[in-house]
Amino acid sequence: MLDLTYETPKPKVIAGAKHDWELVIGMEIHAQVSSNAKLFSGASTAVGAEPNSNVSFVDCAMPGMLPVINEYCVEQAVRTGLGLKAQIHLRSAFDRKNYFYPDLPQGYQISQLYHPIVGEGEVLVEMAPGVARLVRIERIHLEQDAGKSIHDMDPAMSFVDFNRTGVALMEIVSRPDIRGPEEAAAYVVKLRQILRYLGTCDGDMQHGNLRADVNVSVCRVGQYEKYQETQDFSHLGTRCEIKNMNSMRFIQAAIDYEARRQIAIVEDGGQVVQETRLYDPDKGETRSMRSKEEAHDYRYFPCPDLLPLEIEQAWVDDIAARMPELPDAKKARFMGDFGLTDYDANVLTADLESAAFFEAVAQGRDGKTAANWVINELFGRLNKEGHGIGDSPVSAAQLGGMLDLLSKGEITGKMAKELFEILWTEGGDPAEVAAARGMKAVTDTGAIEAALDALIAGNPAQVEKAKVNAKLAGWFTGQVLKATGGKADPAVVNAMVAAKLGL
Amino acid sequence: MSNANELTIAAARDKLRAGDLSAVDLTMACLTAMDAGDTLGAFVHKTPEIALEQARAADARLQAGGAPDLCGIPLGIKDLFCTKGVPSQAASNILAGFKPEYESTVTAKLFDAGAVMLGKLNMDEFAMGSSNESSCYGPVVNPWRSDDRELSPGGSSGGSAAAVAGDLCLAATGTDTGGSIRQPAAFCGIVGIKPTYGRVSRWGIIAYASSLDQAGPMTKSVRDAAILLGAMAGHDPKDSTSADLPVPDFEAALTGDIRGKKIGIPREYRVAGMRPEIQKIWDKGAEMLRDAGAEIVEVSLPHTKYALPAYYVIAPAEASSNLARYDGVRYGHRAKLAAGDGITEMYEKTRAEGFGAEVQRRVMIGTYVLSAGFYDAYYNRARKVRALIKRDFEQAFAAGVDAILTPATPTPAFGLGEMSSADPVEMYLNDVFTVTLNLAGLPGVSVPVGLDADGLPLGLQLIGRPWEEGELLNHAYVLERAAGFVAKPQKWW
Repeated sequence: MLDLTYETPKPKVIAGAKHDWELVIGMEIHAQVSSNAKLFSGASTAVGAEPNSNVSFVDCAMPGMLPVINEYCVEQAVRTGLGLKAQIHLRSAFDRKNYFYPDLPQGYQISQLYHPIVGEGEVLVEMAPGVARLVRIERIHLEQDAGKSIHDMDPAMSFVDFNRTGVALMEIVSRPDIRGPEEAAAYVVKLRQILRYLGTCDGDMQHGNLRADVNVSVCRVGQYEKYQETQDFSHLGTRCEIKNMNSMRFIQAAIDYEARRQIAIVEDGGQVVQETRLYDPDKGETRSMRSKEEAHDYRYFPCPDLLPLEIEQAWVDDIAARMPELPDAKKARFMGDFGLTDYDANVLTADLESAAFFEAVAQGRDGKTAANWVINELFGRLNKEGHGIGDSPVSAAQLGGMLDLLSKGEITGKMAKELFEILWTEGGDPAEVAAARGMKAVTDTGAIEAALDALIAGNPAQVEKAKVNAKLAGWFTGQVLKATGGKADPAVVNAMVAAKLGL
Repeated sequence: MSNANELTIAAARDKLRAGDLSAVDLTMACLTAMDAGDTLGAFVHKTPEIALEQARAADARLQAGGAPDLCGIPLGIKDLFCTKGVPSQAASNILAGFKPEYESTVTAKLFDAGAVMLGKLNMDEFAMGSSNESSCYGPVVNPWRSDDRELSPGGSSGGSAAAVAGDLCLAATGTDTGGSIRQPAAFCGIVGIKPTYGRVSRWGIIAYASSLDQAGPMTKSVRDAAILLGAMAGHDPKDSTSADLPVPDFEAALTGDIRGKKIGIPREYRVAGMRPEIQKIWDKGAEMLRDAGAEIVEVSLPHTKYALPAYYVIAPAEASSNLARYDGVRYGHRAKLAAGDGITEMYEKTRAEGFGAEVQRRVMIGTYVLSAGFYDAYYNRARKVRALIKRDFEQAFAAGVDAILTPATPTPAFGLGEMSSADPVEMYLNDVFTVTLNLAGLPGVSVPVGLDADGLPLGLQLIGRPWEEGELLNHAYVLERAAGFVAKPQKWW
């Protein structure tokens, strides 16, 4: 494995009317735990079901119903913690967060305020090759999701769907280590990537399975370093929390807007009010969700229906032993074993399926060539036609077979592109297709030589020009390729042209 | 047998097995007694059809042989237990019309064992109260009277205690959060045991204060308590606080032999102003146990005086959260709304109409003690007190004490209405001897030991080691036999 060392990126600086300002950002990511059943009931978590069809008596808070922890959700949280190199707490506990809302049938959310299952960890967020921010994770806790209120079905009434009620969420809380909108988005991307590698959250932001609350504050240049030295938040500005963001683009836009709003307030001599805000993507602005008077007092207290959650180190060790290779390690391995560039390694490790596809193609072949074909030809085509890697018409074996023909010189690069096209549209075994279509590179140097000799003899003027300007030698190559019907290897022809013309 | 309703479980079991009595006849006798006892207000919902169907099934099972102890035994079920298809309202208007689609674990176990359900029993609303006067159905009247004064049966399991004492059923289920089984048992001259926390499943029992709630039997004898507890107890994977321990044969533990056992008398329970008749019965109880061969020792439970305040922080705190689900959205009562009313008005009006005064008081106390800025001063401090109280008991038991003897209540049954005008704290003082066990999670049994000068029953409480209900009941059995308490309320209803 390569030892990757990184430089720290520069924080984003926004110029105010009077001063330069830096951003300080912390995030709370709510990630839906991938599991078949809910956190405290056996009800299904399947999406797309009829409203209120995946609801148990526990979920809709019938009298006398009690929660029972779903062990698999605990395992997923532990796996996530291990994936973020975090401390796993063998003893954690559940608390109730109390508030009234129709989509919260119990009148409280069972969460883990005081004793979360996962403690401090970290996420390495790469901003450019060799430049990365190490974002510290403060904690991860398990909690229940709420249901869904529906206000637009009837002019007078509201409806509520409890299918989502009680589904397990992991709240992943970062330290205020993120220093700009781009870093914030990159952090979410990286975290999402890790979760998907782990199989603990599908990362589907469109369906709200991964959503972010973003805490933003601004401070004068130099203040953040004081905070770092002392861990004293008073060196930083007052933060506002922007709730429930589920798009990378909106996250960046909201942070940018919010930072500028706060700078304007402070430069005007005002004070930022600590509050919860919502981002309105239509207007491109954040606005206050509730006033201070309406602020919730959640009256957290230990949930008396659940005993403290105690897990054994041996169980954690067993989960650790079954951990998949994570993005950073895979990337390092791809760079080390296959000689990939930083960029290519990033692209190919973005998700597990792409990485697996590439590895299957690259195994026993030239890694760089494999990367070029997978990224440029395959991904390019997949993107263009709206396919995912999972439903690629060309399999890794087909692409690999084609690369074998190419590397043995049995087909030329041009033929390879044609062959790829045929494999894409018609399928088939690369070697068989190439044979059936008469795709065979001319490797007979005698034939190439004869064609070149004839050209040189017939075009003395061109020979003179090429001798003065070597670039013009390409004309001969082109003519030879034409004469051999494109079956000659351009590299072989080039070399021969250079030799014959004495270049 | 026309008066079969007066039988104990043990006696009826033997007659049923011997074929001297049919479950249907026994059930009929109880249904008749139940109807004749309407003035007591013990039953709030009668289920004669279910009872007779269950009785017929029980008779078939008895005939086939090998039927469990409870087969054919008619019981009353506290309204706090959810019973499938049968109104289960916790005696609250907020659950008006609520019929669960599920059966609580306890009642399911009882019915599986062949028990017969006569109906649902009155109680204080959401089990909050010590007089059964906070019920939406109105109060229960104690079958015991003095000078024709109508007395409270105690609470919150007042309907259960009255129904058993008045022979409307053979036994009943109760629940106990701060004394709700033991205090009414003492007021009505019957036996009631609160098992160790976790011994009986809470699944399907409407929650008051989850860390304190525990169901238990209310019976005419200690033997009946042992039989009924055996059927109610057991691990339930649906209740995370239920203990995964085997259920011993509690009845077999009733050997009557307590020679060499050490009985602790906690000096802190001699509260100021204790009535002489209570002190007298307490002394008498200790004497009976000594005469049976036990050693009486004084023990100290130094944090006892903080128990009541700690209880009245922790229980309302949990209640305020547990009762948040009664919001008018999904089931039960929903207030009629005025034009323009939104969700906040719906909550406010529904809960104001649906909850009685005592429930509202506790929800407000609970909300207050959990709120930001007060949490440490109240809730956290109460939790610390709770840990200290638990430690007091642990130290007493570690010093070799086998059981602890205390009064069950500071007074005999008081008159209906007597407490309603008083400071609520007056009512809360009823729990002074009982709440400590709930805080510590320990088993405790209330046994009738004698009558006061007015002819009202007085009970003593025995406190046992965790999970040692068998031994605890054996101590109670000795006390019961020594006291020879056979008094019954004179039937006036």
